[in-house]
Amino acid sequence: MIRLDHVAFRYEEMAMDFAATFPAGSFTAVIGPSGSGKSTLLNLIAGFETPEKGRVLIGEKDVTALAPDQRPVSMMFQDNNVFAHLDLWQNVALGIAPSLRLDAEQRKRVDAALSEVGLAALVRRRPGEVSGGERQRVAVARALVRDRPVLLLDEPFAALGPALRRDMLDLVKAMQQAKSLTILMVTHQPEDAEYAATHTAYLEAGRIVALRPTRELFAAEDLPGLSAYLGDWRRSPP
Amino acid sequence: MPSRAPALAALAFLLLALAAGFLPVLRMGLAQGLQGLDPYILRVLRFTLLQAGLSTLLSLALGLPLARALARQRQFPGRGLVLRLLNLPLALPAIVVIIGIIEVYGAKGWLGGVFDIYGLQGILLAHVFFNVPLAARLILADLERIPPESFKLGAQLGFTPRDYWRHVEWPQLKGGLPGVALLIFLLCASSFAIVLTLGGGPRATTLEVAIFQSLRADFDPQRASLLALVQLALCAGLALLAQAFGGLAQGWPTLRLGAKRYDGTSTASRAADGAVILLSLLLLLPPLAALVTAGLLRIDASAILLRATLTSLALGSASAALALLIVWPLAVLSVRNATWRRIAALAVLTSWIVPPAALATGWFFSLIAQAGFWGLAAFLVIAMNALMSLPFVARVLIPALAQSAAAHDRLCLSLGLRGWNRFHRVELPVTKRAIGLALVMALILSLGDLTAIALFGTQDFVTLPALIYRQMGSYRFDAAIGTALVLGLIVLAFSALAERWGRDT
Repeated sequence: MIRLDHVAFRYEEMAMDFAATFPAGSFTAVIGPSGSGKSTLLNLIAGFETPEKGRVLIGEKDVTALAPDQRPVSMMFQDNNVFAHLDLWQNVALGIAPSLRLDAEQRKRVDAALSEVGLAALVRRRPGEVSGGERQRVAVARALVRDRPVLLLDEPFAALGPALRRDMLDLVKAMQQAKSLTILMVTHQPEDAEYAATHTAYLEAGRIVALRPTRELFAAEDLPGLSAYLGDWRRSPP
Repeated sequence: MPSRAPALAALAFLLLALAAGFLPVLRMGLAQGLQGLDPYILRVLRFTLLQAGLSTLLSLALGLPLARALARQRQFPGRGLVLRLLNLPLALPAIVVIIGIIEVYGAKGWLGGVFDIYGLQGILLAHVFFNVPLAARLILADLERIPPESFKLGAQLGFTPRDYWRHVEWPQLKGGLPGVALLIFLLCASSFAIVLTLGGGPRATTLEVAIFQSLRADFDPQRASLLALVQLALCAGLALLAQAFGGLAQGWPTLRLGAKRYDGTSTASRAADGAVILLSLLLLLPPLAALVTAGLLRIDASAILLRATLTSLALGSASAALALLIVWPLAVLSVRNATWRRIAALAVLTSWIVPPAALATGWFFSLIAQAGFWGLAAFLVIAMNALMSLPFVARVLIPALAQSAAAHDRLCLSLGLRGWNRFHRVELPVTKRAIGLALVMALILSLGDLTAIALFGTQDFVTLPALIYRQMGSYRFDAAIGTALVLGLIVLAFSALAERWGRDT
């Protein structure tokens, strides 16, 4: 479970205030117009930003003052999830030990994670030698070996085509079911939310305006901002 | 495609200037053959390499930790001021800083007698003063190009400072570091004012200064041409080496916003970074403070000071305009055509590595010594300074024009907007900041020039740097401090302008 207890944060002119509870084992999509604070919300949970006020709780634990690596969180970004000078295997191994000194058991875990995401044949390649989708699979494999209960996705599949995106969502969904992860996924694709997320949160101007089961939220008539954001997507899905 | 005629004219001018400089040197130098390389020339070459090598090592040894400290500590009171201070030596003329250094470390200075500043130590000190900030700024700019996600990833994975260095910082730096080192080496190997004033004597002289002495003091054209040839070979060799390492680092880095970092917060890291920053301040601040405090009372508002100021400004404006006239047509073509891009890059690289004194030697022979064209002196100074500032002008103009081409080319083609109308309606409004910045940077560079004016100047043809040098030489150090302060303030005023325009381009 992730609980945001009136987490206040200011970025330039915008004052944000997030309050919500994301149940354990839920998969929540985070949608909303650009600049509404979607990435900031994830950064606050991951510990990359420190709130001015309020508390971030994961499980029952207050993590507000903890450094990012002390939190039970893995995060995937849109770009630069890998280090270009390390091969794919090393990039995953970083999730266990930044020194890259692994014992036999840990090495097996890296191998297993790479097989699970379908990269077993490419382990010695550098990120520059594989496709964008394969690079994001490396990040998924690293999240697997890190084995943290919360996974934050900041549009990591936005640059991929529809079929690849679907594959990656399947991969993440399978991972969630196997490990009962709590997932938050920022996305601009309502169909991705519909496909993968049990819940969807709608943000506007630094606030979580609504957090409902995905189907319910997309059918809601009481959120004028959401209707404007979605446009006619609801009436004629692609 | 814009017209080629102006670009061809600019190229012809460049080729003519280079030919007039290098052909006589090659002819006279090669005629003497290897026998001409007497022990004196070899000693000068050895000293040139020694001082440049040591200067480079020292500059990187302090510049690298300083850059890392500033990259890691993103919020401490005065960080902005320290960054500004690091920009100062890039703008300040060497002769101005030398005055400050003498005022602090000289025999009668604040720390008088700590060591002898004339000779290798003094040259190294001055080179370190200039190149620690340069190295730090170039390396810092490189560190700030690291994507923010890398630091987030490191924070999430629990990286130690060593892990950050190994997986994030070093991989980013290692590609550019040889270029930074070669740039500093090249600058130190061809530095003129510092060696002229703090070196001297056959014991501590470099090729560049030895050329000047053989031309203007000993009048030994044979030796001058041979020295110029050696200097030319050295610089060409360095340029080839730089190409092999992915090019010279480009000077004058711009400020940019670095990513938020999550490391460097431990007490040990803070203490280490603080110590490095403090050490750099101890290197940079005293000469500047000495210049201001000692200079303020000694500005001698004489007729010669006024005339030198006006001469400096006139020459500087002319050479800035000339540099713009050369670069603009090349830049316009180079952002649209691969061949012209290579030509422009080659022209810029040539002007980077051309040793000014070697070039001047040839001009001296072909135009002054043979034809007695002393009247050309002003024009030669303008041309030399324009040539020296080409890389800076190109570095500002080419990206601005490339951006404009990418944004407007199709629209202009479809509207039939071309030639003067296009320049006037599209390019000028969107690039006027860049043009202003390029002009001011070229102006700053020529305001500080001592090489060209020392080679071509006369009793009545004096710029501010030449006046400072003359006052130093005639035991009027007090007057020299005042003149140096005037020059420093003029340059700073222009560089404040450049910084303002630079932020918006």
